[in-house]
Amino acid sequence: MSIQVLKSGRRRQEELVGRYMQEIRDIAKGGFNRRELLKMGLVLGGAGLIELAGMRGFEPYWAHADNAIPFISPPNTPFVDPLPIPPTMRPVTLNPAPTKARNPNPAAGPGPVNGVPDVRGFTEGRVEPHQRWTQFGGASETAPGFNGTMLESVEQAVRFNFYPTRDGVPPSTIWTFVERSTGAVGPLRIKAQYGQPILHRIHNALPDDNGGFGRNQTTTHLHNGHTASESDGGPLRGFDKNHFYDYHYANVRAGFSLTNPTSSLNGRTVPGDVRETMSFLWYHDHEVDFTAQNTYKMLASFYTLFSNDILLDTDDETTGLRLPSGEFDIPMLFMDKVFDPVTGQLFFDLFNLDGILGDKMTVNGKIQPFLEVKRRKYRFRFLVGGPSRFIELFLSNGQPFYRLSTDGNLLPHTLVENSIRIAVGERVDVIVDFSDARAGDRIYLQNRLEQVNGRGPTGKIIAPDNVVEFRVVGDQVNDPSQIPTTILELPSTNVRIAQQRNWSFDRQGGAWAVNGKFFDQTISAFVKQNTAEMWNFKSGKGWAHPVHPHLEEHRILSRDNQPPPDFEVARKDMSVIGENVIGTRRTGGIRMFMQFRDWLGDYPMHCHNTVHEDHAMMILFKLVE
Amino acid sequence: MPASFADMPAAERRRRRFLNVALTTHEGKTVRFYDDLVKDKTVMLNFFYTNCVNEAICPLSTANLVRVQKLLASRMGRDVFMYSITLDPAHDTPKVLARYARAFGVGPGWLFLTGDAADLEALRRNLGYVSPDPVEDKDRSQHIGMLRMGIEPLERWAACASLARPEWIVQSLVRLEPRQAAQQNLQGGKSRL
Repeated sequence: MSIQVLKSGRRRQEELVGRYMQEIRDIAKGGFNRRELLKMGLVLGGAGLIELAGMRGFEPYWAHADNAIPFISPPNTPFVDPLPIPPTMRPVTLNPAPTKARNPNPAAGPGPVNGVPDVRGFTEGRVEPHQRWTQFGGASETAPGFNGTMLESVEQAVRFNFYPTRDGVPPSTIWTFVERSTGAVGPLRIKAQYGQPILHRIHNALPDDNGGFGRNQTTTHLHNGHTASESDGGPLRGFDKNHFYDYHYANVRAGFSLTNPTSSLNGRTVPGDVRETMSFLWYHDHEVDFTAQNTYKMLASFYTLFSNDILLDTDDETTGLRLPSGEFDIPMLFMDKVFDPVTGQLFFDLFNLDGILGDKMTVNGKIQPFLEVKRRKYRFRFLVGGPSRFIELFLSNGQPFYRLSTDGNLLPHTLVENSIRIAVGERVDVIVDFSDARAGDRIYLQNRLEQVNGRGPTGKIIAPDNVVEFRVVGDQVNDPSQIPTTILELPSTNVRIAQQRNWSFDRQGGAWAVNGKFFDQTISAFVKQNTAEMWNFKSGKGWAHPVHPHLEEHRILSRDNQPPPDFEVARKDMSVIGENVIGTRRTGGIRMFMQFRDWLGDYPMHCHNTVHEDHAMMILFKLVE
Repeated sequence: MPASFADMPAAERRRRRFLNVALTTHEGKTVRFYDDLVKDKTVMLNFFYTNCVNEAICPLSTANLVRVQKLLASRMGRDVFMYSITLDPAHDTPKVLARYARAFGVGPGWLFLTGDAADLEALRRNLGYVSPDPVEDKDRSQHIGMLRMGIEPLERWAACASLARPEWIVQSLVRLEPRQAAQQNLQGGKSRL
């Protein structure tokens, strides 16, 4: 079943589906099992389904015919709930104080408050000591203490409704990050500043009962972070329930350890290369084999990194680049989901190998939310959280986006674009200017990219799916923010290439292989620290793969021996290969440049279609001295 | 239309996930897929056929899984079960399967299964052993070589390639178990391996 089928005669079909599902629900209440249902001809080949011609793959838990969406979610009333604004985490004092090596003391502090479970007595699951600990906030090599910003979250089960209450769909049990001190529920937001290291303590209070999918062993990856390997949240660094893990984020620019000890911008001198300044990161679970399930369950949040130290992206619209800030800087996490039409619960298709598509697009956890906007400029930060769907965003009134970043990294120049295509894991910062709108206007943020299976987008631009409604309110207001023309120069790629490596991403026996090999714990490449390499990505058979190497951003030097499009002349942490990844162009090969500098240890590179990732499309590389 | 939604107990949710078709083991026993093979068990399963010789994927996979079985020896048939389900029921009768199992030195706890062709086809789709390319999907020689593994009562399901290193396959299974994995080094605990 494709979205297109859904669009045609949608209403009639929804009525049919409603009637049919009511039958199924009644039967489920009656306690019949699947076998009996089959006998009754109600699930397979029954009259109900024949009537629903064209809706292959509709059958409950019969997920895999032609890789289609397994079934149709209950209908929702659009634009009832406001867009959830991710709460910004507040600094705390951690108890016990953080240590360089694994913390010898169990968690103390408050008992259960604000719906947060009691995590006292949890012990640290980290095994490796922090690298460069005292250089970035650690008080001592041996004694506890941290002189940076301390944050504390609890991964826990939460009852959460993706639907508006009036639709009568019961809340689902999700797993998400909850702030321990306030009980604020994810997606949360960490606001970080360069020069101010962060220690984020994450407690795992997830239950054994997973409600149908997911595993309560987790590892939190800060996506795009130039992070030490022990704090990177790699796939094999999972820790179990009733433990915590201290993630150390240095918030320092790449190159600080050797190639660019210091650099300057706007009269300020800082460690590292100012041209490596990052902006919009996110963190999510990365547990081996379970990244798709656990992230789908909502273990995902935002990390925005500001550069007030060089008066660039300052978090203040009266200074630096003067980008819209504060309440006018809003991140949006797009994740498509499916809900079981019988129970209304969030559903994950466990046995899919190709990629999972949902028929309901959620934004910060809500299906089709609205956002009241003032008549001024806004900075929106778009993040596609997967598992597998690419999107292409438009504004319904034809207004352009002023694009500031690719993969959350500031571009050399602002680009004016009418639509923006985003693959799983990618982030894009834009400015949208509502100052010419009238009060009462409704403007829609729309996804118009067709994707009918896990293979990747078709590249076709189709009838819009309105994902957010902007409601323009009030008079024109004073707006000190600006749309910059030039933003941040790119770092030089004029560095000696120490080595070339080829990586081929292929489907193999229904699993996903890199260079013909399936993921395991072996290291596929040893990279010498403080060198640059040229990596060539190849993809056969056209499947789209958003490839994500951890640690540092890379630069796309060429796509199929052609220069990349302007929005890819940027610092990338994702490179998408396959069919229809740029327009309807197929890319079979990418050449990219990457540096490996400040941290040691092993990091993964993987496909960010997380279903491919969980089915072996991942390798480990290791930085060595 | 304000819909009504049914509460579903975990047991029902688990049961709905699988077909409960009747299968015949290489030992000639009739079993129900869900009730007898999967329910309340830790399982690994794959699809194969004995005549898979062109690409030699099946015999290689079976040989690899024999190594897995050896690594799991003390647990096989006790709390870990392996199932290899044929894609070619017309040829793969219980007798043929028994011969195949003997040829590979398959031990207890690992069943080779056949059954009614339509049931097996339905089961294959149910378990996601399907290619999105219809031509490829019909071509038995290009079938999916994944090993599906799960702890059914905990609803923890993962998969890895049947040709992955046997040690990695075992690790992937052990990782699914509660309070094992990374913590076992720290706590001095021993896995049940």
